[in-house]
Amino acid sequence: MASAASDGPILETEGLTKEFRGFVAVADVALKVRRGTIHGLIGPNGAGKTTCFNLLTKFLPPTRGSIRYDGRDITGMKPAEVARLGLVRSFQISAVFPHLTVLENVRVALQRARGASFDFWRSESLLKSFDARAMELLDDVGLTGYAKLTAGELPYGRKRALEIATTLALEPQMLLLDEPTAGMTHEDVDRVIALVKRVAAGRTVLLVEHNLKVVAGLCDTITVLTRGRVLAEGDYAAVSANPEVQAAYLGTDPGVSGGH
Amino acid sequence: MADGTSIAASGPLGGQTEKEAFLGFTRPQAIAFLVMVAFVLVSPFFLYPVFLMKILCFALFACAFNLLIGYVGLLSFGHAAYFGMGAYVTGYAAKAWGVPPELAILMGGAIGAALGLPFGWLAIRRAGIYFSMITLALAQMVYFFSLQAPFTGGEDGIQAIPRGTLFGIFDLTADLTMYWLVAAVFLAGFLLIHRIVHSPFGQVMKAIRDNEPRATSLGYRVEQYKLLAFVLSAALAGIAGGTKSLVFNIATLTDVHWTMSGEVVLMSLVGGLGTIFGPVVGAAVIVTMQNYLAEFGAWVLVIQGAIFIACVLAFRRGILGEIAHALRVKL
Ligand SMILES: Nc1ncnc2c1ncn2[C@@H]1O[C@H](COP(=O)(O)OP(=O)(O)O)[C@@H](O)[C@H]1O
Ligand SMILES: [Mg+2]
Repeated sequence: MASAASDGPILETEGLTKEFRGFVAVADVALKVRRGTIHGLIGPNGAGKTTCFNLLTKFLPPTRGSIRYDGRDITGMKPAEVARLGLVRSFQISAVFPHLTVLENVRVALQRARGASFDFWRSESLLKSFDARAMELLDDVGLTGYAKLTAGELPYGRKRALEIATTLALEPQMLLLDEPTAGMTHEDVDRVIALVKRVAAGRTVLLVEHNLKVVAGLCDTITVLTRGRVLAEGDYAAVSANPEVQAAYLGTDPGVSGGH
Repeated sequence: MADGTSIAASGPLGGQTEKEAFLGFTRPQAIAFLVMVAFVLVSPFFLYPVFLMKILCFALFACAFNLLIGYVGLLSFGHAAYFGMGAYVTGYAAKAWGVPPELAILMGGAIGAALGLPFGWLAIRRAGIYFSMITLALAQMVYFFSLQAPFTGGEDGIQAIPRGTLFGIFDLTADLTMYWLVAAVFLAGFLLIHRIVHSPFGQVMKAIRDNEPRATSLGYRVEQYKLLAFVLSAALAGIAGGTKSLVFNIATLTDVHWTMSGEVVLMSLVGGLGTIFGPVVGAAVIVTMQNYLAEFGAWVLVIQGAIFIACVLAFRRGILGEIAHALRVKL
């Protein structure tokens, strides 16, 4: 079972725990994400999904537990190092560079391919070699016409699309998307779902969603988190049939929610 | 201003103003640059050169400071340390060792960088107000060092610093000759800062300013970029201070005092943070004001304070920032 490199889980946590001054936000989570799958992480607000993401991408140090990515222990690494290994995240609150143009947003990610950019004496026209690829990526997410616009001026849904294009520019092996559809209109949601499906080819995706219906047609495996703990795991049919999930996550049954 | 719907409509047409003129300047920037160069070339024939040199030294200082706050988002409240130590080292080298002016000024830049490296390394460990506080605390240490160290001359400072002979050819004793050196130093520094902002490094700098966690998540080791920006800024501040000490033949505690750190904040703010020309305008305004209001003594501080408050309340973007905003261009 321990053949880490190719057919083992690409991402695996053991006993992952995060406490904020005694408050346990993530408790003893054992997560296994299989290579090449779309894995959903769902749960109500405050369940600890974003904290989990911050732990996986090293934006927060765990209180306890370990994280293995692609056969390597990344528990002690820095966030930029993890990104360099191909584990790249997006943010719940749309993360663009608001004063850069849309094109520059994507280009600054492509620029990573040069290695470090400490050359302050060179002209930025050097970066024009990345423009063609940047335009391709913008084309992929339907932003071609916006390339010269300042990113901060984009409508919300387009910002999220730009964020995905920027993330894809790094050619990540694994994508972590934190509520990519949050705050979007229906058509935008459909577009992003289609986009996630498309970019998942040849990659692994870990997707946080608040909305169970979004993950239904999208995810191979779903992990349900409540109050920091894993409540259930399985495919959509199994998870949605689980009475505990229905009670805790959907919370629609007033008879069951009394015990909180 | 326009956002949301109107932007979506203007999307495909956006960015027509970004056409490049020369030296990486956009059209409006190129015009502003030509105006500035023309002013630098013509003004010494109308205005008192020493006054103009003071403006140019502070303009370079403010531009160096603005490199950090405007393009990396780091508010240093201790830039007097690099400016003042630049002044001391240039002054000492010129006076005690008879180092030629071009080299003495470079030594001022070197001490700025040498101080900026450890200070920046310490300060960038923290963000926001804590960053500013660390830079202030370190600058205070430099102040007390300057008060005690033998080579700084304590309360008297270093006096009668000779301007020397540039490249062994040009005697800088005459104000107008000195002026051309200061003008050259200023323009070179200004163009260097412009290049830094518009370099591959500058792209990452601006990305960090806009959204640091996002830059990290793209795999950039943001501390290294911040540190390099800090060192560059400190080096340029040192050059500005060194040049100033040659102009006025003196380097004193005023140059390392925390009020100097405050003044450069004020200049950048008045001119417009994050605009390449703003700090120049801000320096010109503040230095002119100090000159004409000098007779009012302590009232200068009160008036400066009032301007500061007015800027923060009414003209958040500063003079050039407001103009650029009104014309919808980058300056
Ligand atoms: N930096 C923090 N300090 C203290 N508490 C935090 C911090 N970040 C998150 N929390 C708490 O941890 C819990 C989980 O939050 P989060 O991971 O954002 O949930 P989700 O993304 O599932 O909505 C919440 O109760 C939240 O208040
Ligand atoms: Mg969240």
